[in-house]
Amino acid sequence: MAVLDFIVNILSTPAILVGLLALVGLCLQHKPIEDVVKGTIKTIVGFLVLSAGASFLQTGSLLAFGELFNYAFNMQGVVPNNEAVVADALQNFGTSSAIIMALGMALNIVLARFSRMPYIFLTGHHTLYMACMIAVILGGAGHLEGVSLYIAGGCLLGLIMVLSPAYCQVTFRKVTGTDGVALGHFGGIGYWFAGVIGKLFANDPKRKSTEEINFPKRLVFLRDTTVSISITMMVFFLIVVGVAVAKGLLNIVPAGTDAAAAAELLAPYGLTVGNLGALLNIGTETKTNWIVWALTSGMSFAGGVYIILSGVRLIIGEIVPAFKGIADKLVPGAKPALDCPVAFTYAPNAVIIGFLSSFIGGIVGLLILNGINTAIPVALILPGVVPHFFCGATAGVFGNAEGGLKGCIAGSFAHGLLITFLPMICMPVFSALGYVGTTFSDADFSWMGIVFGNTVNFAQGGLLVAICVIVYLLPIIYNFVAPKKQA
Amino acid sequence: MAIRKIMCACGSGLGSSLIVHMNTEEVVKKLGHSEIEVDHTTISDINPTAADLFVVGADLGDFIANIPEDRKVVLSNILDKAELEEKLKAKLG
Repeated sequence: MAVLDFIVNILSTPAILVGLLALVGLCLQHKPIEDVVKGTIKTIVGFLVLSAGASFLQTGSLLAFGELFNYAFNMQGVVPNNEAVVADALQNFGTSSAIIMALGMALNIVLARFSRMPYIFLTGHHTLYMACMIAVILGGAGHLEGVSLYIAGGCLLGLIMVLSPAYCQVTFRKVTGTDGVALGHFGGIGYWFAGVIGKLFANDPKRKSTEEINFPKRLVFLRDTTVSISITMMVFFLIVVGVAVAKGLLNIVPAGTDAAAAAELLAPYGLTVGNLGALLNIGTETKTNWIVWALTSGMSFAGGVYIILSGVRLIIGEIVPAFKGIADKLVPGAKPALDCPVAFTYAPNAVIIGFLSSFIGGIVGLLILNGINTAIPVALILPGVVPHFFCGATAGVFGNAEGGLKGCIAGSFAHGLLITFLPMICMPVFSALGYVGTTFSDADFSWMGIVFGNTVNFAQGGLLVAICVIVYLLPIIYNFVAPKKQA
Repeated sequence: MAIRKIMCACGSGLGSSLIVHMNTEEVVKKLGHSEIEVDHTTISDINPTAADLFVVGADLGDFIANIPEDRKVVLSNILDKAELEEKLKAKLG
């Protein structure tokens, strides 16, 4: 029994499980023993780093932000950030996420081989994030457990790993000028949408590419995610803390109150000593000015994301090459689906214009949400720079490929609205699971979350598993049943 | 200067830099320099001491303007292995 307990314990420790995944991948590639040891250990350490980043992000800034936003505006404010929500979800669904990820990659290879979507999804961090989201939805809201959770989740993951590149390819082949590579990024539906909007300007007689105009390149410094997250979060914190202070936040707890008494005074406002003790100077010798606190908290957020990204880099750095090596052997003609910056070199101006236009779309979307909120309470989705930069920029490249400069501006603006409204619609799914203050930013996560987060409400158990397996099998059945196009 | 370490970079250091990393490793081996260490990271981490040679896409060319010309490879198509090989060959000799 002791041995069995030990094995079960290993398999239910997510860090070790992803390490084993890397170990298998490295062995299948016949790597020398030192590479196997190195890769396995780095993957496990990566997972531990990710967990550390997650708790730093939570306690350092994210939870405080949520409480303050609620106090200041009487509304739920949401900063969409994939890393933040994934890191939190991995604490509870780490094991299932790791297994779903492994199974999803295997099922991706099967679909690439037997459907008409021959894509191998190589953006490892998005595979991990999607695995995590599927685990949360099917396991948390759908109450699936064990093998049925893994099978249902693996099927959904395998499906979206070819479906997303497939709908992007409509426009992406015009971006690259070849059909040999694909885009593998779970902002996919947003790029497709930007392409559709961009096409409206396809026949403009004065059509001009974004690359024909002179555009200042100085905004490129925002590509540094640490800098751009810091700047936006400092602004958000300053506004939120500023309003809270104006509403009398600093007068709730008189100076010199001990932590227990302060907690009682704060409780009616939904505030906690744990998250706001430093701001309110509870039980501290030094006095922190609220502006200083807001600035350091904003940068703490960026620091948390930085740690998480370092962890993710260690995890996927070993798994992705193994996955690619295996896929290349099993499906020789498959097309690699790659992360969104591969699109950036094709139209560097469209990248900056797309970002700005998408970001403006996000701000306009926020104002509209604020209007809606007066009638129906909704979560306010704040425009995060990271999703607008990466996804907005890619949307800009897509819009440009279909409709030139005007297509780029309109397409990425529409994308900015889309990644504001989709997370808003998706938010109730995650709120019900206890995730507040943050949600997935990129469009595919949102639509998958909306569709399957609501599916679990009317389908449970065996029926839910059956639905997941059937949607997975549809592209394969279609391939064998539907007539093939004459080449 | 002998090149011992090549660093590939992109915005978040997760996706496209990993692809360039895999391509670079392949090309470096092909050119007979298998002793060179290749890694990838985010552009936040780029500084002249981090590696001997940096590889980025053209969209980030301006971002690493402070790195001297002979220590960087800027790819106009980050997926093009032929371009990568040609440019690496020029640096590695």
